[in-house]
Amino acid sequence: MMLGIVGGRVYDPCNGRDGEVADVWVKDGRVVEAAAIDRERAEIVDAAGLVVMPGGVEIHSHLVGAKVNSGRKLRPEDHRGNERVRAGAFRSGVGGTVPTTYVSGYLYSEMGYTTIMEAATAPLVARHTHEELEDMPNLDKGVFITMGNNHFIMQAVSEGRPEMARDYVAWLLKATKGYAIKLVNPGGVENWKWGKNVSELDDPVIGYEGVTPRKIVETLAWVNEELGLPHVPHIHGINLGRSTSARTTVETMKTLAGRRAHYCHLQFLSYGEGPRHVNKGEAAAVAAAVNADPAMTVDVGQIVFGQATTMTSDGPLQYSLHQTAGGRWMNDDVESESGGGIVPITYKRTNPVNATMWRTGLEIFLLVEDPWRVFLTTDHPNGGRFTSYPQVIRLLMDRAYREETFAGIHARARKGALLPELEREYSLYDIAVITRAGPARALGLERKGHLGVGADADIAIYAEQDDKEAMFAKPRYVFKDGVLVARDGVLVAEVPGRTFYVAPPYDPAIEDEIRAYFERAYTVAYENYAVLAGDVAGAEPVACG
Amino acid sequence: MSTVLEHVACPFCGCVCDDIAVEVDGGRVLKVKRACTSGQGVFMEYDPSPRLPRVRGAEVDWEVAVAEAAAILDASDSPLIYGLSSSASEAQRKAVALADRLGAVIDSTSSVCHGPTGLAMQAVGEPTCTLGEVRDRADVLVFWGCNPDQSHLRHLARYSANARGALTPNGRGDRTVYVVDVRETGTAKKADHFLQVAPGCDYEVLTTLRLLVQGGEPDVDVVGGIPVADLTELVERLKACRYGVFFMGMGLTMTAARQLNVAELFTLVAELNAFARCSVIPMRGHGNVTGADQVLTWTSGYPFAVSYARGYPQFSPGEFSAVDMLARRAADAALILASDPGAHFPRAAAAVLEEIPTIVLDHGPSVTAGHATVLFPTAAYGVDAAGTAYRMDNVPIPLSQVIETGRPTDEDILGRLIEAVRP
Repeated sequence: MMLGIVGGRVYDPCNGRDGEVADVWVKDGRVVEAAAIDRERAEIVDAAGLVVMPGGVEIHSHLVGAKVNSGRKLRPEDHRGNERVRAGAFRSGVGGTVPTTYVSGYLYSEMGYTTIMEAATAPLVARHTHEELEDMPNLDKGVFITMGNNHFIMQAVSEGRPEMARDYVAWLLKATKGYAIKLVNPGGVENWKWGKNVSELDDPVIGYEGVTPRKIVETLAWVNEELGLPHVPHIHGINLGRSTSARTTVETMKTLAGRRAHYCHLQFLSYGEGPRHVNKGEAAAVAAAVNADPAMTVDVGQIVFGQATTMTSDGPLQYSLHQTAGGRWMNDDVESESGGGIVPITYKRTNPVNATMWRTGLEIFLLVEDPWRVFLTTDHPNGGRFTSYPQVIRLLMDRAYREETFAGIHARARKGALLPELEREYSLYDIAVITRAGPARALGLERKGHLGVGADADIAIYAEQDDKEAMFAKPRYVFKDGVLVARDGVLVAEVPGRTFYVAPPYDPAIEDEIRAYFERAYTVAYENYAVLAGDVAGAEPVACG
Repeated sequence: MSTVLEHVACPFCGCVCDDIAVEVDGGRVLKVKRACTSGQGVFMEYDPSPRLPRVRGAEVDWEVAVAEAAAILDASDSPLIYGLSSSASEAQRKAVALADRLGAVIDSTSSVCHGPTGLAMQAVGEPTCTLGEVRDRADVLVFWGCNPDQSHLRHLARYSANARGALTPNGRGDRTVYVVDVRETGTAKKADHFLQVAPGCDYEVLTTLRLLVQGGEPDVDVVGGIPVADLTELVERLKACRYGVFFMGMGLTMTAARQLNVAELFTLVAELNAFARCSVIPMRGHGNVTGADQVLTWTSGYPFAVSYARGYPQFSPGEFSAVDMLARRAADAALILASDPGAHFPRAAAAVLEEIPTIVLDHGPSVTAGHATVLFPTAAYGVDAAGTAYRMDNVPIPLSQVIETGRPTDEDILGRLIEAVRP
């Protein structure tokens, strides 16, 4: 199968192309040299005047697995009015803040995204996550595995045996078919099982002598480097949503100074001291710390006004949110590993806290100078739906729209805001960086986020419009592995996706230790814990080292 | 030459114990170790002899049966798909795909069991945990309207009252166990405290417990047959505990206030967390009923009682639940997957199943299978088919194929039906 996308304005930041007119040639699902194509036999797409970008790459979204499915079950009212009717062989389902799996695949596809990362799965329920991923078509995928409160790792830290943690992490990633190390409130989720939390990086973790959030972060950053994982440690730090979060976020960044790490949904962790949890936005201080250290990347977790469903592995945070917001609360403590919670929420522009979060997120986007190190997310569905990305893109590209929206938010959130002074407008090139090239590079996905020879032929083509929200909501064409999957924002084909995972080598002696540990620590047999490559449709290992 | 397979998971109940040893020889199970009597039955009483499908009682080959079943589904204006909970999640996914394709109503045994638990979760949320947290941490247990001593035979030993864990090295000696029930069950006899609630009075007892947690003082001495002093003692114990866990069953879901009972309990547990960590785990029955909830939720957004008749999923327990669909004669054909509603449904609903054309997938005989228009004798997941089951705490466990019989799986047959019905 051969395809030529000819005459488009190509935005391919990895290859230094900033809207120059060029052709993109595709053969057997990959981008190839023009010389490799028999033009007589190639299908030609006339892209003259159109904007050609790599398919979107999602670096942090909660789409599948135990927690997400509990969120779906919890919110029938969120589904109603967001139904999707079955169309031919395409499945029906529901959208809203927590869409069903097929609908999530379709909606990302229709928005021009072709790769996603599920941001948090407890290892014990990774099998569930992979089952759902198999029912989410049109996307290549990966899964981050929560490790920041893992008993085996904390025991290794306590005993001063980091190499034991390293070998275990390698085993765990292979056993869960995971892609990256995820930390969520390191130590705090374990303490929540005692009804407590951590609030400082050097607070003790109950039951693990000498273990602190700082030591967990340092150990897992070291493990990540030792194993040569394609992604970096993906960190949701301590104090999310609290007035101490900006201080401890910067302190965490300094702890790992000069070392590669990703700090996720930074907006939620950028608040300063004051009488309320989210009182004083500290985008400037946090962005300054990001700007100062070229080794780190961040995503924003932008708030979008409207319905959201907060769901994290941060059990104590979710309980605190339940106490603040009232209403429904889901909690799930996971043996030996993790936890989590869910609280539905509505973000209102007339609510001073919500409005402060909204403008703080945008300030981070505009104050972090290097677009290669700040990525577009809403931490779906925590800050808003992933289908809101076109709206966020418009806010970044269109200062007038930004000012108009800012004028309508609560007065207390406008006070002291940096946003009115920030004149910066993102360009199409910048958008291609923060939604494609940057996340793919940070994830170490070499065939994603660009249109050079050898890239997977995941391509999104847009008709440029003044209204950037409308432009990015409905791409003219979306190709996945060279197959046209959506046209004018409407699904036209369903194709299976890959699941990327890592399997770094480890000293096999660790397996005896883990097997013995399972006898004590789990209600599931060691032999039944691992997800095998054959259990995962489209499983594709990504090289380490 | 026999072989012993270790770490086999038992598909019988929501415990999905995965420490079973099964000795097999030449496609037969010889011996089963560590399983409870129910689990023993799953493996030892399995009839592995080859069987052909039947259409109206007569043996036919598989192609004929598939064509006949597809014809029934194509001719139906309002098909019902029911059961799911003793099948594997792989087959459950296919069942939902078929329902979506047909515009059918699909429901699982949840609707006659823990359906109200799902409604309560939707109303107030659910603070829960995995069974390992119970084993390792829990020092106070409350079994309410459930009797694992009879229904989940290894639950007390493996996961709860007697289980030894990290913080509970002495097992039963490190725990205080309460049972709330209308009669002194086997579980109640093993408890430290039995609180006998008058039938139909769970809701007022739960409300009183909430009042006591908030520091209120009831102006009566006895609520629902239980002395307030006993309820006060329970509340004080819970507020001071390290980790408290409630297990709840059909004594709450299928009596009087149903989902309101459960919502009151879930709210009580949530409110206790202001004082001490507490969780609740529904005592789910069938081996993979939890998986049925999970699969239906990730594909349709709703856990049971889902209609695809309008081309998209709609959720309406009482309307799209199987008993109601049948009793109202709203279904004109039914596909029953690994379940026996003919034996367990109210007569008004079961009688309709004998009148309308039915397609039954089951590995053994049942009342429903006896009336089937088309019967597919499929493999049993966990015995002669591999698959996935979700434990009552939502942990997915792989089910093994311990013997090979060559029977098709539910997933195979449902996949063929999806291909065979009109697009």
